[in-house]
Amino acid sequence: MSNPLDPHAAIVTEAAGLDQGGMLRTADGQPLAKALARSSRRARRRAFFLVLPLLAFVLLTFVLPIGQMLMRSVKNDGFSAYMPQLSAWFEANPDVTEPDDAAWAALAADLEASAKDRTIGIVGTRINYEIPGTRSLFTSAGRKARGGIEPPYREAMLDMDEEWGDPKLWGVMRQASDPYTANFYLAAMDRTRDEAGNIVLAPEEQRIYLHLFLRTFWLSLIITGTTFLLGFPIAHLLATLPMRQSNLLMILVLLPFWTSLLVRTTAWMVLLQQQGVVNDVFVWLGLIGDGQRLQMIYNQTGTIIAMTHILLPFMILPLYSVMRTINPSYVRAARSLGATSWTAFRRIYFPQTLPGLGAGALLVFILAVGYYITPALVGGSSGQLISNLIAMHMTQTLNWSMAAALAAMLLGGVLILYWVYDRLVGIDNLKLG
Amino acid sequence: MTAQPGNDAFVVFDHVQKSYDGQTLVVKDLNLSIGKGEFLTMLGPSGSGKTTCLMMLAGFETATHGEILLDGKNINDVPPHKRGIGMVFQNYALFPHMTVGENLSFPLEVRGMSKSEREERVTRALDMVQMGKFKNRRPAQLSGGQQQRIALARALVFDPKLVLMDEPLGALDKQLREHMQFEIKALHDRLGITVVYVTHDQGEALTMSDRIAVFNDGRIQQLAPPPSLYEQPENSFVAGFIGENNALRGTIQELQGDKALVRLTNGELIDATAVNIRERGQETTVSIRPERVEFKPELMPRDAHTIEAKVRDVVYMGDILRARLCVAGQDDFVMKYRNTLGQVKLSPGQSIRIGWHPEDARALDPV
Ligand SMILES: Nc1ncnc2c1ncn2[C@@H]1O[C@H](COP(=O)(O)OP(=O)(O)OP(=O)(O)O)[C@@H](O)[C@H]1O
Ligand SMILES: [Mg+2]
Repeated sequence: MSNPLDPHAAIVTEAAGLDQGGMLRTADGQPLAKALARSSRRARRRAFFLVLPLLAFVLLTFVLPIGQMLMRSVKNDGFSAYMPQLSAWFEANPDVTEPDDAAWAALAADLEASAKDRTIGIVGTRINYEIPGTRSLFTSAGRKARGGIEPPYREAMLDMDEEWGDPKLWGVMRQASDPYTANFYLAAMDRTRDEAGNIVLAPEEQRIYLHLFLRTFWLSLIITGTTFLLGFPIAHLLATLPMRQSNLLMILVLLPFWTSLLVRTTAWMVLLQQQGVVNDVFVWLGLIGDGQRLQMIYNQTGTIIAMTHILLPFMILPLYSVMRTINPSYVRAARSLGATSWTAFRRIYFPQTLPGLGAGALLVFILAVGYYITPALVGGSSGQLISNLIAMHMTQTLNWSMAAALAAMLLGGVLILYWVYDRLVGIDNLKLG
Repeated sequence: MTAQPGNDAFVVFDHVQKSYDGQTLVVKDLNLSIGKGEFLTMLGPSGSGKTTCLMMLAGFETATHGEILLDGKNINDVPPHKRGIGMVFQNYALFPHMTVGENLSFPLEVRGMSKSEREERVTRALDMVQMGKFKNRRPAQLSGGQQQRIALARALVFDPKLVLMDEPLGALDKQLREHMQFEIKALHDRLGITVVYVTHDQGEALTMSDRIAVFNDGRIQQLAPPPSLYEQPENSFVAGFIGENNALRGTIQELQGDKALVRLTNGELIDATAVNIRERGQETTVSIRPERVEFKPELMPRDAHTIEAKVRDVVYMGDILRARLCVAGQDDFVMKYRNTLGQVKLSPGQSIRIGWHPEDARALDPV
């Protein structure tokens, strides 16, 4: 540096020796980089052994099950495993659309075998995912097939039910004969395949998922916004109040964490329902008439209010931890330099809270996107989120592949957002505490 | 002490009191008037209220009682951003999310200056502290001394008439600190600004200031230019706080005008100048600077009293020698003498007689 007045501009003296080639060497002549790598290897190995138990735990309980679940979204062998002969025929005749005698024979033989093994229900369920109402077709055929099916098979099958001749059914069976399928993802995007196998929009009344994804992201965005609006001033107060008051306030902020989620959600029901406390107060104040009580629960409003409350601490805590580290002298400096308190806030204080805001927003958004209990309880039908549908597929329709596909898409969406955040703000700017 | 707002009084504290908790006064009746272009230092131990005074002047704390005048106008109700006072904070308070250039241009932006004028002023201010090349760096990429300069430039870039500095050099190492003291002083002389400077480093205060206000316990103990502060301390606190000092306890034996004869605790008599002594028989602490103590008879005034001293040890310090003596039962008495060719060698255990000019021994309040 050429600043003659700067005593810090001292010349850096080289501690390690420089040889002719310019490579740094230690005192005994080894390349410095190599010596450094060796000395840090031990430390790395020890660190690895320290985290090994946790790593094993996470692998066993988290990574493996999730991987398996995701696998289910593209693999379902409910048909191919129990209808082996028909599956083999589909594979041998890739282009034939009209089933020949061999195909009918294979179908009859498979039905007979799987009826004996009592697996016909699984096969029916698999086809039922694609053509609702076909499960009974398989189970009743299975009942009749137990006594044996006599050739000619085509006529025998059509005798049982005209529907066996439906080309759409054959198209679906052909698709299901391959255990690997993208159909669940198509369905999750409200798409389906026509008889020729082209991807088309699902019928109007079956399009629910895209709408629900959009609603989930939109509501999560709103909830992130409301937690920010409510949480920012509180976090600021927490960070600037004297220790005793701020500790008390902090307890109030954390109080929701110490009460059961269910209790909190039910409390909102008591408050928000039409005959509830809030409506009573509004009526009493004369803001609304007794006949126009507001519908604030069992719809989107209910979901937004209850989830804002529940997720608020996740916004406040990262904001608080960042704000606490902002030295008050920055704002003072800005004021002494001539800035009004609003300018000092906008230009000096707020930008420094961004790492906390980013962390809080990301946390709240990701939690909200996957939230389940609260929307299920207070959301009514218009306040349901995508996770409620995932749960439905897990517990009611037992279409785990569909649940897995929806979950994978949710995960993908969140990862994309995370990536966007990284590009815009930088993940290293994230401060969680 | 009362403030005497002279013609050139630029800043006036008029009977200012400050309490944070409503129970104790942190600043007790502060009266101070600072002239235009003056370099005034507030010096005092930790917790004596220096920062509080500065914050009241800057507008970040309100005075509990009393008035603060700036350029003749009461500023008690003027918000900080309208006071036009430059301020350098102890931790510099450079905005971490802005570059050096943006930091400097901030005060100009909020004043609504045009872009070209801002550029020009920022460049000028950076050149003033020899930091022109660092315009695009962030504060975190600068050394402590460099940040210090930027903080200084930022406080000066909008041409304030008054600049406040709260221990601006506290975080720097000794060498850099001395260097920056010199630079700040040079800037002050060149720009003709008024500076109120807070420090608890007395060396810094002595080398830089036009006047020093020594704070203790929420009061100004003495307000004087550096030489008189050092040579004529007005009370025991100032004598003990500024520089090295010998304090001998005794009672006033005789008092004639400002000439006092003091009887020390072991019965010996010494001459002293009475400073805040009113009557005979009063207890006192006599303060003598170590370098004003003589031990060679030919250097002492002829009729002055001398007293017995026993050498305990002598420390060689290069330019001077520092002897620790046992005087009147106190064994922390220090005497400094020059290391000249053929200087008398003192050795531990040796008995000598020491004395001083009566003006150099100041009879102050007892501690
Ligand atoms: N915001 C505050 N609230 C309550 N008491 C305070 C506050 N700021 C300072 N004090 C008290 O006021 C007294 C004077 O503090 P001040 O900061 O003015 O001291 P100082 O002279 O600047 O000390 P130092 O040299 O350590 O900076 C101290 O006892 C301190 O505890
Ligand atoms: Mg201070």
